[in-house]
Amino acid sequence: MARITAGVTTSHVPAIGAALDRGRSRDAYWGPVFAGYDFSKRWIAEARPDVVILVYNDHASAFSLDIVPTFALGCADRFQPADEGWGPRPVPVVEGHPELATHIAQSVIQQDFDLTVCYKMDVDHGLTVPLSLLFGQPQAWPVKVIPLPVNVVLYPPPSGRRCFELGKAIRRAVESFDAGLNVQVWGTGGMSHQLQGARAGFINKEWDNRWLDQLIEDPETLSRVRHIEYVREAGSEGIELVMWLIMRGALSPKVKVVHRFYHVPASNTAVGHLVLEDLG
Amino acid sequence: MSLDKPYADIPGTVIFDADQARKGYHLNQFCMSLMKAANRERFKSNERAYLDEWPMTEDQKQAVLGRNWSRMIELGGNIYFLSKLFSTDGKSFQYVAATMTGMTQEEYAQMMLNGGRSPEGNRYTGEPPAKAR
Repeated sequence: MARITAGVTTSHVPAIGAALDRGRSRDAYWGPVFAGYDFSKRWIAEARPDVVILVYNDHASAFSLDIVPTFALGCADRFQPADEGWGPRPVPVVEGHPELATHIAQSVIQQDFDLTVCYKMDVDHGLTVPLSLLFGQPQAWPVKVIPLPVNVVLYPPPSGRRCFELGKAIRRAVESFDAGLNVQVWGTGGMSHQLQGARAGFINKEWDNRWLDQLIEDPETLSRVRHIEYVREAGSEGIELVMWLIMRGALSPKVKVVHRFYHVPASNTAVGHLVLEDLG
Repeated sequence: MSLDKPYADIPGTVIFDADQARKGYHLNQFCMSLMKAANRERFKSNERAYLDEWPMTEDQKQAVLGRNWSRMIELGGNIYFLSKLFSTDGKSFQYVAATMTGMTQEEYAQMMLNGGRSPEGNRYTGEPPAKAR
C-alpha cells in the first residue's frame, strides 16, 4: 500500500524562483533564504519520495476569473510551467501520477470533498518554486507530482478546518492505494505578507512563529482559526497559510520536526519552511 | 442580504471578494490575456487600441494606461491578475507594492530588510500609528 511518510511546508515567492533562474541564489540578499533549504535538499535526497502531493494556489495562471475552483486536483500525465507574463520559468516539465491522482479524486469525493478534476492545467510559480527549493536545478524533477491547487485568491478561501479535514481524507485515500509508494504532502504559500494597498509589506513575525508552533503541536485547535484573523494578523495574502493545514491533516497527529526555518524578507514576504516526518 | 465584510476595518487593504471580482472581471481578464507573447506585443504596440477591445470602464482603462496600481485594485483588479501587466512591463511585485504605499522602491525594500511593516497600529482603522521599528 502507498504511505505518507513526510510533510514539507514552504513559501513559494516568485522572486525566489527568479533569483535561482538568474544565478543569484548565493548573493548577499538571497543567500540566507536558500541556506535555509540546504538541510532539506540533503534530507530529500535520502528520503527519496516517489510522489509529492503538492498543495499550492494558482495565481491566475491556469484559472482565470471564468472558473474558480475551491479545491482542484491535477490528474494529467504532465503539467507545463505557465507563462506568467515574462515567459515560462526555465524548469523541467512536471510529471504527474495519474493513477494515484484519479484514485485520490474518487476516494475524497466519496468522502464528501467535491474536488474539481483537471486533465489539462499549466502550473505556475506556486508549484515550481517549492520544487526548485527542494531539488535545485535538475534536468528532470526526480519525483512525480500531483498538483492540488486551492483557491486563496478570491475571498473566501476554504476554511482552515475544511483544509485540515481534506488532508485527513487524502491520507485515507493514499493508504487505500494498492501500489507501494512513498508519498509526501507539501503545503505551500505564506507566511505573513500583503502585496497590495497602503498596508503592503505587512509582516508579523511573532504571529507566524506561534502559528508554526501550533501547526506542529496542536493543529486541531489551529484549524479553527478564522479567515479574519489570517487577514488581520498575517496580511491579505497571508491567508494562503490555510493550505499548510491540508499537509498537516495528512500527517500523523504527532510528528517529528526534522527542520524548521524562518526568514524575513524574501521580496515582500516572510519565508517559513518545515520538514516533518510522519510517525505512523 | 449583502456580503458580510468583517475585513472592512482593516486599514490600507482591499479584499478581493465577490463584489470586487464582479467589478473587475474584464480588467482582470484583460491582464490574463497578457500571458500570451503575441498579445503582449500587440498591447505594447498600441495600448489604447488593445484596451478598447475589452468592455472595461473608462476609469479602468485610464488606470491601466497610467499604471495607477492602487486605482486598479480599487476598481476590482487583483494583484495576481495585475502581475501579468507589470510582468509585461518588466516590473516586480516589490516595485508595484512599493508604489501602492507611497514609498520609493528603495525605501520600501529597506523597510522589508528591517523586518517589514509592523502589525502594531496596522490591525484596525483608526489605531494610533506604531513607533518605527
